[in-house]
Amino acid sequence: MRVKYFAWVRERVGMAEETVEPPADVRTVSDLIGWLSSRGEAYAYAFEKPKVIRAAIDHAHVKPDAAIAGAREIAFFPPMTGG
Amino acid sequence: MSVTATIRIQEADFDVAQEIAALSKGRTDIGAVVSFSGICRGSENGEPIAALTLEHYPGMAEAEIGRHADEALSRWPLQGLTIIHRFGRIAPGENIVLVVTASPHRQAAFEAAEFLMDYLKTNAPFWKREEGEKGTSWVEARDHDDAAAARWTKP
Repeated sequence: MRVKYFAWVRERVGMAEETVEPPADVRTVSDLIGWLSSRGEAYAYAFEKPKVIRAAIDHAHVKPDAAIAGAREIAFFPPMTGG
Repeated sequence: MSVTATIRIQEADFDVAQEIAALSKGRTDIGAVVSFSGICRGSENGEPIAALTLEHYPGMAEAEIGRHADEALSRWPLQGLTIIHRFGRIAPGENIVLVVTASPHRQAAFEAAEFLMDYLKTNAPFWKREEGEKGTSWVEARDHDDAAAARWTKP
């Protein structure tokens, strides 16, 4: 699946997007954040406060307990500040 | 007649008067047009700002604003709706966002515009970065914006 990062999450991770293949036991958005955080310091820094991080699956907002099965694109970003 | 919202996510500036005219020109059924323009301020908490840079999530920005436009059209008797949100570098005094609503009577137009702005602030995937004198920093989300959006949620 493709993972995208925006704003300071993107800056901390150090890239705008990547393709990842998490193991089968990574089932939810929250699981994915935990798995990504284990991949290195940059990820751990980006996700150091998981409660602050917002997520979207295929262009729609989701909660941390949302299942990631079948997702084509998952995005992580800080709370939005548009408008 | 079903109403289709005009939604544009663009880097270029827009002309507020032209957008209002495009919605209401030549029509005699519209009784009220409300427009909200969000404009880049030149200072924040007393600190001067050189510019804002807006990052957005292409694809989701259109989808998310489209979902809220559909909700506004279903909740209020609107006759026209235009939403424009800019991205990229925006200098003080320049437009950031525009919502224009048209309806037979003012209450629907006012309420729908306010609903849409409250949701754009908290749910549309845009992020502002400020260029100040001490460097650049991401704008933090505000609790009062979340509270403003929450009041539109049906019990």
